[in-house]
Amino acid sequence: MKQDQCLIDVRDLRTYFFLDEGTVRAVDGVEFKIWHGQTLGVVGESGCGKSITARSILRIVPKPGRIVSGEIILYRRVGGNGNGQIDEIMLTELDPAGPVMRSIRGDEIALVPQEPMASLSPVHTIGNQIGEAIMLHQGVDKHVARAKAVEMLDLAGFPKPNERVDSYPHQLSGGLRQRAVIAMALSCHPSLLIADEPTTALDVTTEAQILRLMRSLQGELGMAIMYITHNLGVVAQMCEDVIVMYMGKVVEEGSVDALFHSPLHPYTKALLRSIPKLGQKRRGQRLESIRGSVPDPYTIPKGCSFHPRCTQRIRGVCDQAPPPWLEVEPGHKVRCVLYGG
Amino acid sequence: MLAYIGRRVLIMIPTLILISIVTFAILQLPPGDYLTSYAAQLRAMGEQVDDEALESLRERYGMGQPVYIQYGKWMWGIITRGDWGQSMEWQRPVSELIWEKLGLTVALAVFSMLISWLIAIPMGVYSATHQYSLPDYLMSTFSFLGVGVPAFLWALIIMYFAQSQLGLNVGGLFSEKYLNAPWSWDKVWDMFKHLWIPALIVAIENTAGELRTTRANLLDEVNKPYVELARAKGLSEGRLIWKYPVRVALNPFFSTVGWSLANRISSITLMSIVLSLQTTGPMQLRALTSQDMYLAGAVLLLLSALTVIGTLISDILLAWVDPRIRLEG
Amino acid sequence: MAESERALQVDARPDVEEEILLEAGATTSMGEEVYVAPPWKLMWWRFRKHKMALVSGVVLIILYFIALCCEFVAPYEPNEASIRFKQVPPTAIHIRDAEGQFHWPFIYQHDRSMDPESFLITYVEDTTIRYPIRLLVRGFEYKWLGRLTSDLHLFGLHPDAADKQGLFLLGTDRLGRDMFARVCYGARISLSMGLVSVFMSLVLGVLLGGVSGYFGGKIDAIIQRVIEFVRTIPTIPLYMTLSAALPMDWPVVRVYFGLTMILALVGWTWMARVVRGRFLAMREEDFVLAARLNGSSEMRIILRHMLPSFLSYIIAQLTLNIPNMILWETGLSFIGLGLRAPAISWGVLLQEAMNLRSLVLAPWVLVPGIAVVLSVLAFNFVGDGLRDAADPYAR
Repeated sequence: MKQDQCLIDVRDLRTYFFLDEGTVRAVDGVEFKIWHGQTLGVVGESGCGKSITARSILRIVPKPGRIVSGEIILYRRVGGNGNGQIDEIMLTELDPAGPVMRSIRGDEIALVPQEPMASLSPVHTIGNQIGEAIMLHQGVDKHVARAKAVEMLDLAGFPKPNERVDSYPHQLSGGLRQRAVIAMALSCHPSLLIADEPTTALDVTTEAQILRLMRSLQGELGMAIMYITHNLGVVAQMCEDVIVMYMGKVVEEGSVDALFHSPLHPYTKALLRSIPKLGQKRRGQRLESIRGSVPDPYTIPKGCSFHPRCTQRIRGVCDQAPPPWLEVEPGHKVRCVLYGG
Repeated sequence: MLAYIGRRVLIMIPTLILISIVTFAILQLPPGDYLTSYAAQLRAMGEQVDDEALESLRERYGMGQPVYIQYGKWMWGIITRGDWGQSMEWQRPVSELIWEKLGLTVALAVFSMLISWLIAIPMGVYSATHQYSLPDYLMSTFSFLGVGVPAFLWALIIMYFAQSQLGLNVGGLFSEKYLNAPWSWDKVWDMFKHLWIPALIVAIENTAGELRTTRANLLDEVNKPYVELARAKGLSEGRLIWKYPVRVALNPFFSTVGWSLANRISSITLMSIVLSLQTTGPMQLRALTSQDMYLAGAVLLLLSALTVIGTLISDILLAWVDPRIRLEG
Repeated sequence: MAESERALQVDARPDVEEEILLEAGATTSMGEEVYVAPPWKLMWWRFRKHKMALVSGVVLIILYFIALCCEFVAPYEPNEASIRFKQVPPTAIHIRDAEGQFHWPFIYQHDRSMDPESFLITYVEDTTIRYPIRLLVRGFEYKWLGRLTSDLHLFGLHPDAADKQGLFLLGTDRLGRDMFARVCYGARISLSMGLVSVFMSLVLGVLLGGVSGYFGGKIDAIIQRVIEFVRTIPTIPLYMTLSAALPMDWPVVRVYFGLTMILALVGWTWMARVVRGRFLAMREEDFVLAARLNGSSEMRIILRHMLPSFLSYIIAQLTLNIPNMILWETGLSFIGLGLRAPAISWGVLLQEAMNLRSLVLAPWVLVPGIAVVLSVLAFNFVGDGLRDAADPYAR
């Protein structure tokens, strides 16, 4: 449940990749907030910058990329619950390999990535990998760490965790592996869990189980989840609020209800329209798709980055200046000239 | 795991038998035999050769018999009595001549392998994690020296410089006084003092390739999701590189131990001839040129057997180190 | 109409939609050039990026030119022994004389003298007598490739200088033979042997590797066992044993071809491995399935569809195998089990260096070793470049 306290504040974040062929503006002026306990969905096509945004928060952007400008502020709760002290840490100022940032990674902010098989080391047991995070952040010894790892596996719905803790990833099924990865991410009770398309590599039934697990864990542990996905159905199930990204920018932001029932940005509308619905009455109709394709990352269109594919574009306006960021209703913002400015 | 090892050992046996057949067959190829070339030598020196005496010698050593009988007798001797035949040239049993040289060959090969790994692995890891830096380019350049210059050439160059600049003769694995002395700790120490140069030469030849392999394997692994996730857990860069991608990238090393040893033995053979080392190289050369059949055959067979054993060891090592293989059985 | 559907309605503007499609089409035509280039052109573009590979390619071309026209390049006959010029160090070439005047490149007359204390022969330059280096001179007669008779040489001295001074770019050996000429002639044998043996291993390797990869199953298993078995015997000891079987009294040409066959005996395994790997990977490719569904015969599929795509790998692997062949031949000849005098290969030349005493007196006899290193490195760089160009994603 979304609480009143802000946890992460991302301000005008720009993360660029400097390649021989040119500069890719993966994240190009992204702004949003994550509140304690909130489930925020981040939606967009492949290449829109959602993964890089997550990695920017964690300060693990791979070379040749780096954060060029902007700020990411973490509001960390110090002391036990109820003690109102808040630490304001500027993540963008920290040395990414330094001790402060490393103490935040895995402890305060954790990551659940896309492919569970590829995300676990094939030559170490899952107990070893989970225990490692525990020993690192909580300073306990091997035996205590192992016991805690078993606890976490149990929490993550692992059958027979005491035996399974010594298995290797290749001995587990896809769903179990993802549970192990989730257990690992939650082992230090982070305030923010970044889930980067955690169910994309799983089949639908396993996906449903994992989603259910994440919702219940969130309820139990009271953490915030930044849920990155391109699957709007999952967003509808899991998230309270949503931001829609296109080519490195946030184009729409609002509650999940507002977005699904009254979408504003033409891109959001097109996304929703392209979902085929069961029992559609109109037979013989083609599947809707968004015309054109995502532009070459080295040549960004002038003005609004969506205008070449937008059916509602206005010549002379949309291809000239970048559109303004407007609050159309309380909590519902959009980046489009159609709504004023 | 035991079943895995058991299976590998079983396969070894027919392989060894096949090698012995091939070895024996190849040795039959040159026309004539030891006695023919010995007689030719004598005639060239102007001595008289008694053909009858030659024939009786030939009979005594079973050289006139059909090939498969000779082979059978040879194998029987090896398996039942450990009798590898008689060296015509040295007039002594082969087994008296080969074991010490074989041992030294193996020692040299293994020692050079350890040196290679000690250099190649840290340098490879550094090279991969600090791509395009100056040390990376230097290591690449150095590794090309290893690729381009074969061991025997290094041996020649070093011999030249040692002799002309330092007045040293770097040949041989032992100093004068230990040459024919029985084994003792002093002799072992003396051997090591002489061993490190040849071992280093062979090591350089292979270090280049191993450095590139480490670097390439590591570059493959280092961008994989499990490394990223380890970073996202908060591990320091140094710890996570060695614990995760290096561990995985080193697997291929274990599986190539056998082949690496075979390669090194090859290089050692040539290099030993240049440096007059007491390994199998010079002995094999001599045996081949004088058609001393049993000696040459024993050398080839044993060297191949070494490789087979080496492959077995590397299979076991790999299974031990990689849980994916260990647990599949 | 449901509220959500109404929310999604936009004014249908088909003209705008068409515009969008046209524009999208326009931007892709820029990359058209890359899409229609034939594979060899793509390979060449990618190869060009490797500076080392290009430089090495030029080096190889020069080396093979020397190998091809060794009689033309060499100023003296390689087997011409001369006590007069025994163990002469490489002749220094000057462009400035003792007074500081610039001339066309020349050499001085060297006078031979013996040091009274060490009894070593030394050669002192007589700065009063100069011999300019001439290009395209007349020298000893030769028959190029057994056909063309000529006496033209790339460079040399005036014929009058013949008995007085020699132009020995790389010095002479124990018998007074010109090392430069010997290295050039050696290039012909060593470099050609590399090519011939690699070609033989190519035929065997492609055949067996292809059969292995294409048919799979039992045949594959058997061939794989054979490859493993061949690799199990350490190469040099094996080659030594096989070479010893070549009779002493065989003529040079027979020994040459016998040796190439021996070298190909292990060499084919590398090629077979690569070819098999490619076939296995390609069996799964969709375009092969498509061709099969189309009704193409197996032979057509192999020749027309599969072969072009792995030709580049084969060429790259070929280039990488040649240095091994050169090294093996050199090593075998060097210890006396390969080619023998009077044949001249770099390995045979290096035998001279085994004599420690004469090596110390005339270290330039190691120069064939440099030639070996140069060609091995050049082939490695070019091979690496080709392999990267063939498939930038492979290692």
